[in-house]
Amino acid sequence: MAEVPEHLLKRSAERRKALGLPGGEAADDAPADTGADVPAETPAEEAAPVAASAASDEGVITEDKGGVPAHLLERSRKRKAAAAGGGAAAGGGATATATKTAPIAAPAGTGPGGHTQRLLTVVKSGSIQQTRAEAQDKVHTWPHLLVIELSAALALTAMLLIFSAIVRAPLLGLADVNQTPNPSKAPWYFLGLQELLTMFHPMVAGVTVPGMGLFLLIIAPYVDTNPSNKPDDRKFAISLFTLFLMFWSVLVIIGSFFRGAGFNFVFPWNDGIFFEL
Amino acid sequence: MANGNGSNESGGIGVKLGERAKEMGDRVGNSQVVTSIIRPGSIFRKGYTDSPRNRSYVIMNSVLYHLHPVKVKRHAVKVSYTLCLGGLSFFLFILLTVTGIFLMFFYRPTEAAAWNNVQQLETAVWFGSLVRNMHRWGAHLMVLSVFLHMSRVFYHGAYKAPREFNWVIGVILLVMTLMLSFTGYLLPWDQLALWAVTVGTNMMGYTPVFGSQMRYALLGSKEISGDTLLRWYTLHVLLLPFIIVIFMAIHFWRVRKDGGISGPL
Repeated sequence: MAEVPEHLLKRSAERRKALGLPGGEAADDAPADTGADVPAETPAEEAAPVAASAASDEGVITEDKGGVPAHLLERSRKRKAAAAGGGAAAGGGATATATKTAPIAAPAGTGPGGHTQRLLTVVKSGSIQQTRAEAQDKVHTWPHLLVIELSAALALTAMLLIFSAIVRAPLLGLADVNQTPNPSKAPWYFLGLQELLTMFHPMVAGVTVPGMGLFLLIIAPYVDTNPSNKPDDRKFAISLFTLFLMFWSVLVIIGSFFRGAGFNFVFPWNDGIFFEL
Repeated sequence: MANGNGSNESGGIGVKLGERAKEMGDRVGNSQVVTSIIRPGSIFRKGYTDSPRNRSYVIMNSVLYHLHPVKVKRHAVKVSYTLCLGGLSFFLFILLTVTGIFLMFFYRPTEAAAWNNVQQLETAVWFGSLVRNMHRWGAHLMVLSVFLHMSRVFYHGAYKAPREFNWVIGVILLVMTLMLSFTGYLLPWDQLALWAVTVGTNMMGYTPVFGSQMRYALLGSKEISGDTLLRWYTLHVLLLPFIIVIFMAIHFWRVRKDGGISGPL
């Protein structure tokens, strides 16, 4: 029977008592050395009336009112009486603490005072706040998300493989520092900057503008304090960013396709394309 | 009689062999080696039948749990919301790592050897041309997809609290991507590479105060040379990937910590 948890035994005993079945007291006594932790300095004379009043309420389930269960009070009273008797037998000179602990034979492998459990706190029913996380509409990552990711990755691999099998990456002649090609172009993502170079001082085009651009991108979330993500609420932010995108796209397209020899403006349909990826 | 006995015996042996094989299979499956490799609860140990519990186990008991939670918001799996751009950028990075490692086997970052190595790669190495093409087009595509990913995030307002810092990491990742692409641009050591990098780095020389020092540190010499090639090769294959992987790890981690992807609109 050692493996039946104490609180279950207690509950069963309580129920039996309530129903007037036999065995309530016996089951109640079985785990007696664990539950009743009465302050040692409380004299038995003081505890007695409390126990008596609790005993007078027997039959009524006092826990419902948030009080100490009657059977526990009963048990406590019994133990105190036993302790007082034991203390007297031992010779009267013992302190209250000694009288309390003396008769309890601590089983091997248990905590101080022979307790196998410790009551940390008693929380009245109803004092626990019920919090509920707001329900979210969620789906399992497998298969819903992973299938999409895997197919996207496969499709991309297939497209890249086919494209690479058809279109060759450029490899011009060996690098020669004495032979400058005309025009000389930066990689396409820097052609917007190179385009600016035709209009501004190199420090402005090559350092200030891209530096400011990056700075603005980084501080964007701290400047835009509008909490909404609805397109209707953030027309200004969207317009500004679209302007930013258009600005760079137009510059990159002009730099890529509309600049010929000497980085002069040309029309690709007249003079051909001066562009290598 | 003898025949009958024989067939009976062979049937018996067949059954016994089947039992033996099953026993052996169980013994291997329950051995310390196998159970130490495949985690308890893994679908590779338990087998997979479709159930909510097993769907959770696929993520929970595999390395994927580092990347994905067990469940995601329903709107997050709509392709039309993300267009897979962030995930594809990451996948392109993996693809570029794999193809890049292949290319490293055939490439020496020296003035004398670089161009010849690329030329040989194109003509004399099995799949050399294909892999080089994939590496180059994949790199351009990654610049594009990272940029588009950033635009998508902006238009969805996904950089707003609590995701501000992840946006900042994203901008850093964009810059790193551009630097990775730009350093790789020099490596074929042809006319296109040399002069594109010359134009690009000349602009950096105009940085106020310490422009020429910065340019020197970047090129490893006054003008682009073999030193530049070695320097940019190391940046391209080691330093920049090392740094970008760290930032990617933080980026992905923050996506989850900030409550999954943003939205719905």
